Amino acid sequence: MQEIFQHTFDNGMVLIAERVPHVRSAAFSFSLRCGCAYDPSESLGIASVLAELLVRGAGERDSRALTAALDGLGVDRSEGAGVWMMTFGGATLSRNLLPALAIYADILRRPHLPASELEPVRAHALQDLESIEDEPQAKVMIELRRKHYPEPLGRDYRGSQDGLKSLTINRIRSHYDRHVQPRGLILAVAGDFAWSNLRDHVAERFETWQPVEFVEPTISGTRPTGGAMIKELDQTQIGIAYASVPMSHPDFYAARGAVGVLSEGMSSRLFTNVREKYGLCYAIGARYETMRDRANVMCYTGGKPERAQELLERTLYELTTLKDGIQEDELQRVKAGLKASLIMRQESTAARAGALASDWYLLGRVRLLDEMQRAVDSLTPQRVVDHLRAFPPGDFTIVTLGPEPLKD
Amino acid sequence: MQFHRQVLPNGLEILGETNPSALSVAVGFFVKTGSRDEVAGESGVSHFLEHMLFKGTEKRSAFDVNRDFDRIGADNNAFTSEENTVYHATVLPEYLPDVVDVLADMLRPALRQDDFDTEKGVIQDEIVRYEVQPAWSTYDHSRKVYFQSHPLGQSILGTKESIDALTRDQMLDYFKRRYVAPNILAVAAGKFEWDGFVRLIEKQCANWPSGPVGRVGRVPAVGTATISAIHRPKVMQEYVMLWNAAPAADSPLRYAAHLLASIVGDYVGSRLYWALVDPGHAESADMGYYEYDAAGVFVTSFSGSPEASDENLKRVRTVLAEVQQKGVLPAELELARTKLASREVRASERTFRRMLGLGRDWTYLGQYRTLDDELAAIDSVTIETVNELLQKHPLNDFTIVGLGPAEKLQLV
Repeated sequence: MQEIFQHTFDNGMVLIAERVPHVRSAAFSFSLRCGCAYDPSESLGIASVLAELLVRGAGERDSRALTAALDGLGVDRSEGAGVWMMTFGGATLSRNLLPALAIYADILRRPHLPASELEPVRAHALQDLESIEDEPQAKVMIELRRKHYPEPLGRDYRGSQDGLKSLTINRIRSHYDRHVQPRGLILAVAGDFAWSNLRDHVAERFETWQPVEFVEPTISGTRPTGGAMIKELDQTQIGIAYASVPMSHPDFYAARGAVGVLSEGMSSRLFTNVREKYGLCYAIGARYETMRDRANVMCYTGGKPERAQELLERTLYELTTLKDGIQEDELQRVKAGLKASLIMRQESTAARAGALASDWYLLGRVRLLDEMQRAVDSLTPQRVVDHLRAFPPGDFTIVTLGPEPLKD
Repeated sequence: MQFHRQVLPNGLEILGETNPSALSVAVGFFVKTGSRDEVAGESGVSHFLEHMLFKGTEKRSAFDVNRDFDRIGADNNAFTSEENTVYHATVLPEYLPDVVDVLADMLRPALRQDDFDTEKGVIQDEIVRYEVQPAWSTYDHSRKVYFQSHPLGQSILGTKESIDALTRDQMLDYFKRRYVAPNILAVAAGKFEWDGFVRLIEKQCANWPSGPVGRVGRVPAVGTATISAIHRPKVMQEYVMLWNAAPAADSPLRYAAHLLASIVGDYVGSRLYWALVDPGHAESADMGYYEYDAAGVFVTSFSGSPEASDENLKRVRTVLAEVQQKGVLPAELELARTKLASREVRASERTFRRMLGLGRDWTYLGQYRTLDDELAAIDSVTIETVNELLQKHPLNDFTIVGLGPAEKLQLV
């Protein structure tokens, strides 16, 4: 039996927690509605610079003291901006959970945002942006998102050179005032804790935080198209994207099943039919990614430039022929994989906290293990094929990076 | 949790740690062989062979192998290092017999010629895939410069040329030499019943051939204390690595080495972090401790704007020299200890990580170590232990290699 607890505070902040017995660890994640989709178009990169500045001094601690305090609690941490969310995650021992959350109350509510730290953070952000050029796979997928999603949903958190260079500490502080706030904030916790202690502790530190009005970004109606980037590389990188249905859609599990047939495990179609049969590539895969109102499937592969056209064509062939039929045994394997990963994910408190936050954001509730297992069990080849006929993979956005362009 | 061990008459060792409250069981076959065990003309064979084990056996085709893992929802893979080749899978407890059936079968591969030829293309792509990543390329090149003719300098993936030239017969020869029962450990951790696991392993592995095993060149490496740069004008950033000797995997000083690497170069809050990353001088700067059979290394690395490389190298060397001269502070040691202990506890909650730890400890130490043993060892490191480490393995005589747009690196 899963033990899940939830509390919504008056200021809009949501605390969602799962007690996991038999563990000594605890993990937490703060998700704020302050991803790079909210970056003003002249300040691209502001969210990730802000995330970095937030941990450089807060409450009574300067940057060094803050880091030492978290280290002293054994917190392994990460912070950064995604498209919609800015997240602060941490994992530590159960006994250090409450003191760690108290430090994060300082970080979110009483940050120093020191002017003196802006230049170092900016220098770091510019180098991070530059480093994409040295990671061809990352670059092709960043470009794929930019070309597939309408603005601002295809943005990369790293922003742009111009955006980063234009940032001032005042602009960053006002971005903080507008977007770092309790409304829409989700704090997810997984580990061994006493619920009433946890809730009271969080209430004490966050309840008095006053919300401000939300300003939602405008999503443009059009999306750009794909294309080729030419670069002297010994390997052509290929990214392919197409639309699917979001988690809130009744076809969600069928959509996951379909992507599973393509890419779940080494007996999946892409791996078997493109890599194993023809030796065309080392890496190939498709990943389902969902937002609240839309979802997409993102595929990646890469291979020798002289065989890249064949690689692209065979990959596209697998995507387009999926709707022509799915075998009972291949779907069985996908179902076994999905069910096993649901259970094995329970062994990691960090993965658990991440799933709680994501469910709450996407659906406004947490899916129980039982519910997910039943939904996976109920999948049949016919249901998946019906879904694929209603939402056939097609209208692909294709982005390539290599010495020569490829034909679609 | 309980530890179990049994040795089959052919020399194959079976190890297990049973944990009734786990949700899964992780199983692995550890073959004590890797790139350092390759002889002239077979560079890359360990890793290529690892791929070939997925290509089928007398009773399974390549697809059958993959299908039989996926059918039971296994989270499975394999990896090859300088010294070990590990095939592993994590499954729900009820699938233990099925997973042992396919894993053990894989270890007796068919090595069919046509599969061998097709897989060459995949290996070639994997080699290029790594080469186009400068961070990895720097590691690979600097490792060779540091180790020179020491077997640990041998490439895991091999080169395009060595893979082109490799024949199936050479691979078969390597397989017969290295994949003998006494060189293999079968390890399980998580929720399973020990006697049942032993019976499953016996049934499939008792007839595996035995034979002499060993490893040549088990000596420490000394490095070259040189500085060099690999000029890559199209790379955007400069990647620099500094190598120096560290304790071997069985050294009592290894915990001190892990703590020192954390103090000097953890991703956040370390000396390098404050000297290079926090002020924005570099995109990244860290230090890792890598332990091997009879050898060990500290690898200190940083990346960032090419123009800043010489200055950053100076900053790094200043940090390292200061640690060497003055040692570390008690407060730093405490923080590093807390961080490391917290990571150990969290890792131990995954059956896969416990299984890897079990196999590793047995391979390098011939010991079973519990989480509490590890925590106690981390606790027992004192300032004096760190000083002893710095005396025996001083942070100097670095082998320094840069890769990127800079034409050369200079000590300023």
